[in-house]
Amino acid sequence: MAQLSPQLLSEAALEIRDLAKCFDRPAVDGLALRVRAGEFYTLLGPNGAGKTTTLRMATGLLKPDRGSISVFGIDVLADPVAAKQIMAWLSDEPMIYDRLTPLEYLYFVAGLWGVDNDIAEARARELIAWLGLSAYAQQRCEGLSKGTRQKVALAGALVHEPRLIILDEPFTGLDAASARLVKKVLRERVSEGCSVIMTTHILEVAERMADRIGVMCDGRLVAEGTLEDLRRQAGAGHATLEDTFLALVDPDRAQGPIAA
Amino acid sequence: MIKAGTVAWFAQHETRLAWRDWAWLLSGGRRRRGYTVLLGLLAFIVLMHGLAYLTLARAADLAAPPDKRLLVTIGGTLLLYWSLMLSQAMEAVTRAFYARGDLDLILSSSASAARLFAVRIATMALGIAAMSLALAAPAINVLAWLGGAHWLAAYGVVMAMAMAAVAISVMLTIGLFRAIGPKRTRFVAQIVAAVIGASFVIGVQLIAILSVGTLSRVGLFQSEVIVNHAPDRDSLWWLPVDAATGNGPALIVVLAVGAVMLAGAIRFAAPRFGELALAAGGVSHSPARSSRRAANLHPQSPGQALRRKEWLLLWRDPWLMSQSLMQLLYLLPPFFLLSRMFYGEGNGAALLVPVLIMAAGQLAGGLAWLAISGEDAPDLIASAPVTASRVWRAKAEAVAGGIAMVFGPLVIGLAIVGPMLGVITLFGVAVAGISATLIQFWFRAQVKRSLFRRRHVSSRIATFAEALSSIIWAGAGAVAVVSLWIAIVPGAMALTILTTAWMLSPKRQ
Repeated sequence: MAQLSPQLLSEAALEIRDLAKCFDRPAVDGLALRVRAGEFYTLLGPNGAGKTTTLRMATGLLKPDRGSISVFGIDVLADPVAAKQIMAWLSDEPMIYDRLTPLEYLYFVAGLWGVDNDIAEARARELIAWLGLSAYAQQRCEGLSKGTRQKVALAGALVHEPRLIILDEPFTGLDAASARLVKKVLRERVSEGCSVIMTTHILEVAERMADRIGVMCDGRLVAEGTLEDLRRQAGAGHATLEDTFLALVDPDRAQGPIAA
Repeated sequence: MIKAGTVAWFAQHETRLAWRDWAWLLSGGRRRRGYTVLLGLLAFIVLMHGLAYLTLARAADLAAPPDKRLLVTIGGTLLLYWSLMLSQAMEAVTRAFYARGDLDLILSSSASAARLFAVRIATMALGIAAMSLALAAPAINVLAWLGGAHWLAAYGVVMAMAMAAVAISVMLTIGLFRAIGPKRTRFVAQIVAAVIGASFVIGVQLIAILSVGTLSRVGLFQSEVIVNHAPDRDSLWWLPVDAATGNGPALIVVLAVGAVMLAGAIRFAAPRFGELALAAGGVSHSPARSSRRAANLHPQSPGQALRRKEWLLLWRDPWLMSQSLMQLLYLLPPFFLLSRMFYGEGNGAALLVPVLIMAAGQLAGGLAWLAISGEDAPDLIASAPVTASRVWRAKAEAVAGGIAMVFGPLVIGLAIVGPMLGVITLFGVAVAGISATLIQFWFRAQVKRSLFRRRHVSSRIATFAEALSSIIWAGAGAVAVVSLWIAIVPGAMALTILTTAWMLSPKRQ
């Protein structure tokens, strides 16, 4: 894990207080969460725990029923444009246009974030090369594989150099090589001072990459901390993160070992 | 219990799917009470029968044996109707090849794919026939009421026409597959379908302008020139018309020809359908097209980025482009009329102004749907540091740009003929376009842009309001040519429609 400077650690990249959102039932229920600047934070939880809803509210894609969200001190609800300027959102379904090439897509995203044309061009070409997309740069996205599309979307999330990157299941559908590359890119960004918040169902990813892990269940944060902290909170005997996770969110199922 | 994998089993499966698709179309994908849908249907049926009565009540003696003039009118109408059926059938066949749906499941199973495709082609014929019968039924019923039960034979003719249309479409699509490959067939078949649907209407209008000087089709069918040049009374060409007017042997022949054509197409195509569907499935996995030079997406502002993106996406999607511009085919007759006005032959201004206004409203509605509801990366746009109002404004400007590009030259041409005509058309095109865009904005719903053809399903109110506002603005334009003051009345009606649509639109936070 990267060593975080005390100055960065004192600053909150994302601060959520008493957040609530109800659809047919409460999806997020009085959530409080603080992610430090320069931190890699992973949010875990079973399906329907409220992880994606939380992150969509944090990025301004969904209005909360109650609560407050701030990004680097900017109130997301009061000044969403300023907050979005320093954030990037990447969902598990790549948000790209089939009829644009990766390069055109990056120029478009840079235009949306108001990045100067010369800077946008340089960054786009750099990202294309960095993510191994050079061979596809001039091809329309319609024929690209899921993994390549996801890398194009990731490049889009990085082109305006956000201070906070929020990712929802970024490894869904990625092959091992692509997943490794994305992990490397994210870690490098964190080492440069960027904050990353990510949801995932791949516990190994959380275990290896996260500085801290938050576990959500029924719209609430049920545990939070480093892997060691979580093991302590779950009680003795939980050696792996999988055991720890199940003990935290579903103690009944955590008891049964997997048959050989 | 039907044995799995048999023709009957597949037929049951297809019927269930077709019924649920119809139910979805009728309910707009929402759960509604049965009687609400039933009431709506009943009201529609009564309205259509009323309109048919108003149209046919003044017709000649329908009980008497038809003269040649009536034969030409019926024949022309049947041909017009059949061209639309053929267009629908081409659409359905292309969809069957390219929409993956359950094809992977079926083709990977041990069940006979040929049986399924035989059933599927027959279901297409049934679907086309059902839709055509639903539309033709009011006219046929009123004819039977006014002229006698023998007119009910027209139902059989419509059935035969549907069978023939599907048979020809299947063979034509397979021919296209063989000739130009699956990738091009997708695009070409859609264009062919649209052109077939529009060409007869447009062709008849063009001839009508040339010979009679109006846009009226009925006027053309009943003109001396056409009646005199029509085949003799004993010609076989009149067989479908004789069948429609109640000639029993003719009806049997027409039905038999339709059935034989469909059976032949099924026998030929069903065993090949699977192989062709697999080839079609490979289209989406083929390598992407390259663009040697990146388009100029280096914008000066987020708004410019959005506008350029909208235009580029439309430009690069030939299918969407053809679908949204297809309505412009209908502008050919008025354009032709305009050129005649330049030379002083004919005075069609009162017709030309509303046609342009109506087409502008329809095109704006389509473009606005693509830009607003058909946004493929809504989260990307929503997460960008741009206010929602700026996003909507940029999208509206993209629509306005498209409308200006298409209608600008026509309005200028009209202004040269008569400056006042130009001003009225410019105003009409603008308000019809703005109205359609606003309605699409109020009733926006996130949908894949590939579902453009079914956009009307997401909101019946939006579809109805968009069509009604375009029609009324077009009417206001026509009236304004005669009197600007009287045009205030339809103008006020259009604004009322717009206000009502706004009040009925879903409330958003």
